[in-house]
Amino acid sequence: MQSDQLILALLTLPVLWAVGLLLPIPGLQRKRYAWAYSAVTSAISLTLAIVVAMNFDWTHPGDMQLSGSIDWIPSMGLSFRYGVDAISLWLILLTAVIMPVVVLSSLIEVNHDMRQFHFWLHILEAALIGTFVAQDIVLFYVCFEFTLIPLYFLIGVFGHKEKLKAARIYFLYAFTGSMLTFAGVLYVGYVGWSQTGLWNFGIQDLYEIGRRMSMTEQCLVFAAMLAGFGVKTPLVPFHTWLPLAHTEAPTAGSVDLAGLVLKLGPYGLIRLAIPMLPDAALAFAPWVCVVAVIGIVYAALICRAQKDAKRLVAYSSVSHMGFVALGLFVFDPGGIAATGAVFYMLAHGLATGGLFLCIGMLYDRFHTREFGRIGGTAKFMPVWSFFFMLFVLASVGLPGLNGFPGEFLTLMGAFDSELWWSKPMAVAGALGVILAAVYLLYMAGRMVWGPPVIPADHEGYLEGAEHGVDPNHRHDLSWREITTLVPVAALCLLLGLMPMPVLRTLESPVVGLNEPVMAIVESAEQAELQVTEGDGPREAVVQAEGETAGVSGTGLPSGARVVVVGGEGVSHE
Amino acid sequence: MNEMLVKLQGLWPEMTLLVGAVACLATGLSGVWWVRKSTAVVAGVAIGVALLFATGVIGPGVDAGGSHPLGLDAAVVYLKVAALAVGLVLLLVAARTPEHLKQVVTAESREKFEPGEDFRGEFFAFFLFSLTGVLLTAGATDLVWLFLALELTSLPTYILVATGRDKAWAQESAVKYFFLGAMAAAVFLFGFALIYAASGFTTYAGIRGYVEGAVAGGEVGLSPLMLVGMVLAIVGVGFKIAAVPMHFYTADVYEGAAVPVTSMLAFVPKAAGFAALIGLLSLVGWQYGPDGDRLPLVLEVLIAVMAVATMTVGNVLALMQSRVKRVLAYSSVAHSGYMLVGLLAGSTVGGGGLGNGVSAIAFYVVAYGLGTIASFAVLGCLHGPEGDEAATYDDLSGLRHRHPFLAGTLLVACLSLLGFPFTVGFIGKINLASSGFVSGHGLVVIALVLNSAISAAYYLRIGSVCFFGADHGTTEARYVPVRITGAIIASVMSIGLGLQGGWLESRALEAGVVTEVVEDAEDGADPSQAAGLNGVGVEASRGVVSAGTLGDP
Repeated sequence: MQSDQLILALLTLPVLWAVGLLLPIPGLQRKRYAWAYSAVTSAISLTLAIVVAMNFDWTHPGDMQLSGSIDWIPSMGLSFRYGVDAISLWLILLTAVIMPVVVLSSLIEVNHDMRQFHFWLHILEAALIGTFVAQDIVLFYVCFEFTLIPLYFLIGVFGHKEKLKAARIYFLYAFTGSMLTFAGVLYVGYVGWSQTGLWNFGIQDLYEIGRRMSMTEQCLVFAAMLAGFGVKTPLVPFHTWLPLAHTEAPTAGSVDLAGLVLKLGPYGLIRLAIPMLPDAALAFAPWVCVVAVIGIVYAALICRAQKDAKRLVAYSSVSHMGFVALGLFVFDPGGIAATGAVFYMLAHGLATGGLFLCIGMLYDRFHTREFGRIGGTAKFMPVWSFFFMLFVLASVGLPGLNGFPGEFLTLMGAFDSELWWSKPMAVAGALGVILAAVYLLYMAGRMVWGPPVIPADHEGYLEGAEHGVDPNHRHDLSWREITTLVPVAALCLLLGLMPMPVLRTLESPVVGLNEPVMAIVESAEQAELQVTEGDGPREAVVQAEGETAGVSGTGLPSGARVVVVGGEGVSHE
Repeated sequence: MNEMLVKLQGLWPEMTLLVGAVACLATGLSGVWWVRKSTAVVAGVAIGVALLFATGVIGPGVDAGGSHPLGLDAAVVYLKVAALAVGLVLLLVAARTPEHLKQVVTAESREKFEPGEDFRGEFFAFFLFSLTGVLLTAGATDLVWLFLALELTSLPTYILVATGRDKAWAQESAVKYFFLGAMAAAVFLFGFALIYAASGFTTYAGIRGYVEGAVAGGEVGLSPLMLVGMVLAIVGVGFKIAAVPMHFYTADVYEGAAVPVTSMLAFVPKAAGFAALIGLLSLVGWQYGPDGDRLPLVLEVLIAVMAVATMTVGNVLALMQSRVKRVLAYSSVAHSGYMLVGLLAGSTVGGGGLGNGVSAIAFYVVAYGLGTIASFAVLGCLHGPEGDEAATYDDLSGLRHRHPFLAGTLLVACLSLLGFPFTVGFIGKINLASSGFVSGHGLVVIALVLNSAISAAYYLRIGSVCFFGADHGTTEARYVPVRITGAIIASVMSIGLGLQGGWLESRALEAGVVTEVVEDAEDGADPSQAAGLNGVGVEASRGVVSAGTLGDP
């Protein structure tokens, strides 16, 4: 097989697995067989993802590799262009790793329609991979949007009490946002058409088109994209779908949502919005960062007030994804914050996924997730408690676990940034780290430590649940559950102890995507130095002509008007 | 007389349909049971043969009747073929309707058969008459012709609404539909009269000549009389497509009619209406404004306002309904609003490129037709405890437990109407939105996407109750095989064209190409007339068409 067909195989394989589940094979109607089928098939997909990673030239992580193109609707300029750089590839690997894990975890919780459940899981995997490999903006949009359908069914059919409301609100929120993104995407295509006479939706080609647009156009398109990607991320105040969807979804749905689907928002921002619309990205940056920081602190405060562990973790996602948004928009010179943010996307997927898995296992046993009704699990579920604490600490950002490098680099980059507003943001963001420790450790304290509490109406061992590995702790995890958690835990540890291989490969693509914005920042600084020499107005708004001489080749047209908020720090240093 | 013969050369599909309609009347009144049962087949064969004529597989081809005076040859062929093809699916959905009327149970078997009581063949005859009207509307080259064709489309539908269902409210809706339709006809006929008064012509070629004279002669655009005439014509034809302010009948009429008739109402008059609007707007052309690619300001504002109002009113009213048929009725209003966006851009983008409004409409008519037919066909297969139609969301609740295929088909139809990726509706929305951008109406496109978001609420509600709702067990399915087939064909095509829509898209893009209008069309030595007389000439005339297709973008 040629290496450029690997991506195609990666994309079609989950679809084939899903179709396989629809075949009238009598054995698949039995719950356990469907489950086993899905476990094996998702493991094969993971293997293929690893093969793809091995075929990837890691010495050039910033280049689009393994790329190819297939005609889709040529008369509309639509084609099936794909390719991966290191950012895409790491996210694909995350997807491929999480899928077998959630399949393993689903044996007990899903008590009906096992086939349908795994059908949607496979479709979701295909849609996610499709989004990550897409090099055509319409293909990207199509896959991005299509993730709604599998999740809609996963939540609506297999969710908890308020599943209908959760599924509907999730769909309507995300669909409304992404319809605006759709208009923005088409508008860029239209601008390209009006300049070249050809409809072309290739992402790389649209970068050039987007950068040439006027400031107003860029801002409008950026706002349209932010509507779709911001809802997915989620940015406050468009986060209200998230706690409901996460809480009501089955464990597998929550893990997929938090671990993978939330990543589509920031991925869209860094892949499309920031490189395509650098002027607008810079103009919007302070506002996005303010919203992100408000999200970090506000969601953290909400977390502290929660009694339901799953709800708490759901809100903590809002808070943590605020770091990602912050990191993407502080635009520090070395791209440290953005690299950290992308790393944090991976880390958050693992740590929060692990937390959701643990809470799901607890719920399988006791049908409750409330602090007051269950506690002191360290006494009667030591293995579970170990994993739970590990994921809590990873989520808090304990050095040595995967949350730390992401948060640290994000905040460091924010301090390092030369935009005047970034330092207060970093301070406020750091507050979020402390708050995260407060609410997560509070949850851990109430659930893991203290005297053992088991729900009063809990009658012996619940039907359908599995026995613990250790006969003395029969509530504890079974081998299946341990197998589910070990890979996630191991990766948390691995990424925490050795983040450098990942960071190094992420750095060059992230810097490459941020380059247009950085060029504007730098040229504005130079212009500002010239303007402010002598009088040195503090915090003045400087309208600078883009200095194209220094940044030729970055797509900045000569004479492009750049509105930059001037800072005091720059001229002094 | 000779000219007449040439004109008739291009009307083979229409003539076939008329012959089929008459044949349906004959077989529908036959005293022999199996002959009478075969009426639907006769209708199907008529449409099939007409389709062969329209596509040019047999016969001289649609363009043999002379080239279109406005250069819309490709669009005419596309619309005729599309109307016939979708009409075939519609016939599948409607085929067994007359036999399910209460007074005609005698049709069930040979023993019970009573010729005087049995089902009426006129159902299919009127169906074919109405379809003929669509084809004639698309090919109209004269305002009088256009008026007659539009009325030929509508008059049979009034009768179908009244007789398609043995309920008193069917008659009520038919009467309502008839009077309002007559009023609308008066409005657009008055508009036509004013256009005639302004230009002195009823032929498209003549009016076009007047318009070009007016523009070239240095007058500031068109005379007010002409513009008032156009406004009245557009608003009046708006009744056929159920556009605001002529939308108010939709829910009542659609609800009162039998479901298969409703699905026909949702497609056939709309196709005719848009064919008429494309022709009418091509009369004045997209040649005004600073860049010479706009409609006259009055018409541009009118259509933009109509589009936004229609989609918003349709969607908001659909959101407030509790009966699914009314929801779909108002959603069809909203879809007319989406399609109106295409009229803003018109055929300004040449060379068969994306962003051509006429091709966007051409594509979306099919996309919308498939989605709406599939959804109505599923409703047509369901009935409540008293043998009544399944009407409310509650009736659909838990449909997937007992009728997974119906539920799945309905879901696909709803997703396609919603414009979800991997359905044909999505590609249709790309077409419409890009044509909106090309015409410079970004705000209208924003309205379009926001309205799509609103429509998600009710389409999703239909999907939700089918898939997640509790099964009340009150709704029964009546598996009418042909109807199910129609529904499945429509939904499979919705997905198939969504995944691989290139074929239809290319056809639609070609349809948007305006061919070079041959000058002095009324002259006897006109090449297009010679084309009708010998085969070589046909090739020559097609050469003209394809040369226009290859014109620079």
